[in-house]
This record gives sequence, C-alpha cells and structure tokens, in this order.
Amino acid sequence: MKVLVAVKRVIDYNVKIRVKADKTGVETANVKMSMNPFDEIAVEEAIRMKEKGKATEVIAFSAGPAQCQETIRTALAMGADRGVHVLSDAELQPLAVAKLMKAVVDKEQPGLVIVGKQAIDDDSNQTGQMLAALLGWSQGTFANKLEIGEGVAVKREVDGGLENVMLKLPAVITTDLRLNEPRYASLPNIMKAKKKPIEQLTSEALGVDVAPRLKTLKVEEPPTRKAGIKVKTVAELVEKLKNEAGVI
Amino acid sequence: MSAAMRETLPPPAAPASPFYTAEHEAFRDTLRRFVSREIAPYVDEWDEAGEFPRELYRKASSIGLLQLGYAEEFGGVPTDPFYRIIVSEELAKAGSGGVNASLMSHSIGAPPIAALGPDWMKRKVLPEILAGEKISALAITEPSGGSDVANLKTTARREGDHYVVNGQKMFITSGFRADYYTVAVRTGGPGASGVSLLLIERDRPGFSRTKLRKMGWWASDTAQLFFDNVKVPVENLIGEENRGFIGIMLNFNQERIGLAAGAHGFARVCLDEAIAYARERHTFGKPLIANQVIRHKIVDMAMKVNAVKANLELLAWRVHQGERPVAEICMLKNLATTTLEYVANEAMQIFGGAGYLRGAKVERIYRETKVMTIGGGSLEIMKDLAARQMGL
Ligand SMILES: Cc1cc2nc3c(=O)[nH]c(=O)nc-3n(C[C@H](O)[C@H](O)[C@H](O)COP(=O)(O)OP(=O)(O)OC[C@H]3O[C@@H](n4cnc5c(N)ncnc54)[C@H](O)[C@@H]3O)c2cc1C
Ligand SMILES: Cc1cc2nc3c(=O)[nH]c(=O)nc-3n(C[C@H](O)[C@H](O)[C@H](O)COP(=O)(O)OP(=O)(O)OC[C@H]3O[C@@H](n4cnc5c(N)ncnc54)[C@H](O)[C@@H]3O)c2cc1C
Repeated sequence: MKVLVAVKRVIDYNVKIRVKADKTGVETANVKMSMNPFDEIAVEEAIRMKEKGKATEVIAFSAGPAQCQETIRTALAMGADRGVHVLSDAELQPLAVAKLMKAVVDKEQPGLVIVGKQAIDDDSNQTGQMLAALLGWSQGTFANKLEIGEGVAVKREVDGGLENVMLKLPAVITTDLRLNEPRYASLPNIMKAKKKPIEQLTSEALGVDVAPRLKTLKVEEPPTRKAGIKVKTVAELVEKLKNEAGVI
Repeated sequence: MSAAMRETLPPPAAPASPFYTAEHEAFRDTLRRFVSREIAPYVDEWDEAGEFPRELYRKASSIGLLQLGYAEEFGGVPTDPFYRIIVSEELAKAGSGGVNASLMSHSIGAPPIAALGPDWMKRKVLPEILAGEKISALAITEPSGGSDVANLKTTARREGDHYVVNGQKMFITSGFRADYYTVAVRTGGPGASGVSLLLIERDRPGFSRTKLRKMGWWASDTAQLFFDNVKVPVENLIGEENRGFIGIMLNFNQERIGLAAGAHGFARVCLDEAIAYARERHTFGKPLIANQVIRHKIVDMAMKVNAVKANLELLAWRVHQGERPVAEICMLKNLATTTLEYVANEAMQIFGGAGYLRGAKVERIYRETKVMTIGGGSLEIMKDLAARQMGL
C-alpha cells in the first residue's frame, strides 16, 4: 500500500509573526520557514507504517512556490521515498489544495492519505475533510492513534475525550498532536534525501482550477492583553467576577 | 535606492551563503531541535552532577552528530568542515562547554585512528565510537606539562609483541569514562622524534584514573590517568613508531579550528543573551538597552563576534581546499578565544547580579572561558608557533 502525506511550508513555529503594514497578510520575507508541525506527525506515522511493513512507499506532497521543495526534502530526510511538488505561486486555499491532492491521488492510487489536522499558518482545518469528500473515501480526523488491519482503527480526539472509529480503506486521516513524536532528520538521511526524486507538476497540467473562493478583507494583530490587577480578598474577587466580568 | 546600488545586489537565485547549502541548513534544523530537547533542559542538572548520561552519545549518533567527516565504510558521514561549525554553533546554545567537550571528545581522540591507524583498528574501533557505543579520549598532556609536547615523559618500552607503558597523563577530557584512549608515549630517544601514538583500552591491567574537580566544564569527566606497567599489544600502535609527533600536530590543527568554532558559538550565545536581557531589564524607568553605554557595548561585542565568524569560515574553506595555514589557525584560535573572554565578560556586566547566579548561561560560559585560552595549545604557545611559522 502506498501512503501519500501532505507537507505544507509554513512560517516556523518559533518565529514571532508580524502583520504586514498594509494589512493584507503576514510578513514572510526573510522569515524562517519550516514544515507544518502536524504534517511532520503525518510523515512520521507513514514512515512507521513502512517500517512495520504496513506500507510499501511513502510519497510526500506539497503545493506552493519553488521553496516547497525544501519542505519535501525534509520529509525525504525523515524517510519518505519520493516527492510530488505542485508548483504554484498563487494563493492556495484548502479547496484548491484538496483538488490538487485528489488529482495526485488519482494518478498515484495510494491506499491511505495522511494530512495534518490543520496548518499553523491559517489554521483552516479543512483540507483533509474536503479531500475525503472529493474522493468519496472514509475519513478519520484528529487521529490520536492508528492501527492498520483490514481497515484502519482510528482513535480520534473529540471534545468529550477519545472516540474509536473503524474505517474502510482507502481513507484520509488527519493527525492530531499526540499521534506520535516525529523523529529528527539525521545527517546521513539528509545526505541520502538529496538523491531521492521529486516530481514537479503544475495545476494546469493536472487540470485543476485553483482560483481562490474566499477573499481576505484584512489581517490584524490580535489585541494585546491588558495587564491584570491584584485583588486583596476573596470577597473582592467574587464581586468583580460577578459585577465587572459578568461571568458568575 | 539608486540604480547603481541595485546593481550590486546578488541575483535572486544566488545562494544565501558561499559556504552553507540547503543540506547544511537542514542539519542545523535537526541539531537545533536535538539541542533544545535533549540537552538544554538538563545542563544545569548535569553540571551539578559532574556528568551526563552515557545514553547521550547514542542519541547524538542517531542524528549523525558523532559521524561527521568520517568515511562511510567505518560508519561515518563524509562532510565539509562547515558542518562542524554548525555543530559548534548549535551545541553552544545549550550553554554548557562541559557537555560539548565530553560528548565530542572523539573529535580529538579518533582522527589519528582514522588517519594513521591500522586496518583492524579502523574496522573495530571507529564504528563503535561513531555509533556512540564507546567513548574516545585523547591523552597528550602530562602533569609535568602540556605545552612542551615533544618532551613528554610517559614511556612505552618494547617487550616482544607488547609495549609496556609507564607514566601519567593529566587533564584528559572524557578521561574517566572513555573506553579507548589515544595516548602519546615515548618509544624512542628524547625530543619529538621519540614520540608514538598508542591506542590503550580502558580495561588493560595497571591502567587507572581519577576524576579532577575544575573551575568549569563540570559536566565533563576530566581525569588524571596512571599507567603502571600496562601491557599493550604492538598492533595498537597508531601510525609508525617514533613518528607520532607529526600526527599529534596535524590533529592539533583540527582541534584548534574546532576550539575556535566552539568559542565563536559561545560568544554568539553571550551576545544574544545580553541583547535579550538588556531589552527586558528596566532600570531608572527605562530598558537597559535604551542607554547609549549599553548599546555601544553590544555593538563592540557584535563587531568582534562577526570578525571571528568571518575569519573562521574563510580559514575553514581554505583548509577544505587542501591548504594548511598553521600560523593563521593559531591566530584564529587566539582571536576566537580572547573574543569569547571579552564578550562573556561584557555579557556578565550587562546582566549585573543576575549573571552571577548559577543557572544563567552567561555565568557558566564566563567560568568556561579560561579553558579555551589554555587547552589545545595556550595563547602563548599559539603565538610562539605562529611566529615560527611566519619565519620571524
Ligand atoms: C578542562 C581541560 C581539559 C583538557 N583536556 C585535555 C585532553 O583531553 N587531552 C590532553 O592531552 N590535554 C587536555 N588538556 C590539557 C591542555 O591541553 C593543557 O592544559 C595545555 O596544553 C597547557 O598545558 P599545561 O596546563 O601543562 O600548562 P604549562 O605547559 O605548564 O603552561 C603554563 C603556562 O605557561 C605558558 N608557557 C608554557 N611554556 C611557555 C613558553 N615557552 N613561553 C611562554 N609561555 C609559556 C603557557 O602558555 C601557560 O599559560 C585539558 C586542559 C583542561 C584545563
Ligand atoms: C554575590 C552578591 C552579593 C550581593 N550582596 C548584596 C547585599 O548584601 N545587599 C544588597 O543590597 N545588594 C547586594 N547585591 C546586589 C548588588 O549590589 C547589585 O547586583 C548591583 O547593585 C547591581 O544591581 P543589579 O544586579 O540589579 O543590576 P542592574 O541594576 O539591573 O544593572 C545591570 C547592568 O546594567 C548597568 N546599568 C544599570 N543602569 C544603567 C544605566 N542607567 N546606564 C548604564 N548602565 C546601567 C549596570 O551597571 C549593570 O552592569 C549583591 C550582589 C551579588 C552578585
């Protein structure tokens, strides 16, 4: 069984995000970019499947500008076998990415697709679900644990706790934070990754319309939190919670 | 911007640096995570304990940290010297020279084996060291002196198919826990032409060691070694008999660039820590960094650190091209280590009382500056060697 994983290039989680002066988005020039952390978890899970003999090949997919190749290389250095890069300098919204992935799925015929539950830049939490719908496949979102057998047993993180579902294959999985702890890309594997193939495609060649369906009106910094105050007594706290905050 | 100025900018596709490729940066990423997860949270604890878990060697090997620059057939990963510079910069971020010194002690202990050792030794010993299973140490310095290597006193007397080793070694990094010791011994007459290198395993009868308590590098197990009629097979000879001195000197070149890279890494950490603290700390109703004295201090620190970096990278590049600029390596070691002393001192000053407390990175780094200007060839010895190389 082939496994396709999605790896998105996002601003590194350590970077302090700055909104552009014209409020059209966030500053990405000269900012360190890395693989979306949830996608690292997806790559790790796929590699573990391969190590356990449950998967035969791990393919890393990324859509976006030329530098996405670096993100794919990271996946290859972790242990993925080859990459597919859909080159695009356009803004790619979740639906566009889901359609591009569907086109690649049609071509590659993987038995399982694993994507992050969301990307830490736009936090959309949509691509996996949209892809499952477009493919007509089962979906197991917010996966906390996966077990491959006849189908896939997925332990999902839901508001009330954990939920167990059994999916038929082929399926789309989205990863949650506790699914696994991704490995480091070791130096020997970084060197080996240089030689692994990355196929480059375009949305035109795949016949996918990637035009944005959503319009961003304005991007703003969240309001800075005001400094707190110290209260002297419990009575004062209760009074403030009741009358000022209005929460009790 | 004028049109003329724009022409001097690099084309958009030019690499960001002449020295670092995407693979270098990928490894830096791996190291940064490794250091922040596996080392940085524990350095205070390990420093107080006087050692770190042996397991760290294996973990370091799992990301390729120990294999840098060794041939693939012995379990290594051939690399250019810029990977080592990256290692020094990233390891420095944990703020503990002691952890780095012992974790990487094979970077001085193992190169003579790789360069001069007999085949059996390369096949057996190197893979164990590079896998983090066995620890390697280099033992040159003796109680009677480290600067005057040519006059070392530990003897190895040939008796049939064995040498019998007698003497002492001093200040040996990883000396307490190492499994393999690369030891400089006297096999011949006086002076440099009587010196050989021997591989001595820790369990040889008559070989013992004691741990030394030090000003810094607490997490490193520095030891004094004692050899009392230790029988060592002749096949443990590294290189030819009485030709060990040149091997030691070649090894020193590499060690000194490594020490310079380490000093640069720690100086950079002091600078970054000082800037962050000066932004955060308020005195007299404003941030420290708003005072011109402090701002100028930081600029002076940054200027010196940048000079070290430029010098280090250029020399590393020249060595990689096959040059052996000994005088310049000596000067680089001095420039880097004295810059570290300066920058650590200034950072401590900016921290005020807070820098005097255990647990502050700058406090430990400050205590660990002296070993850098002494170990691997002291300031004075570096100047002396440079002067001779320059034909003065
Ligand atoms: C923490 C630590 C770890 C170490 N790890 C190792 C290790 O792993 N392996 C190893 O072999 N060694 C190791 N060393 C030893 C180190 O290399 C020596 O300390 C160093 O070479 C200096 O030798 P010495 O201490 O005997 O000083 P000495 O040689 O006694 O010199 C003392 C001082 O006199 C100066 N001096 C000496 N001769 C002259 C001269 N002719 N002209 C002018 N000045 C002179 C020196 O510069 C120095 O300042 C370590 C040292 C330390 C502190
Ligand atoms: C071991 C030890 C024992 C001590 N014992 C005592 C004690 O018994 N009693 C007691 O009261 N205190 C004691 N102290 C505190 C000591 O007096 C203070 O550390 C010292 O006054 C500096 O204050 P600070 O540490 O808050 O540094 P800060 O005031 O935060 O200053 C940090 C750095 O910034 C510089 N700086 C600050 N403001 C400016 C400015 N406007 N322009 C330029 N530079 C500036 C300072 O010179 C310093 O280098 C002790 C400190 C230590 C380390």
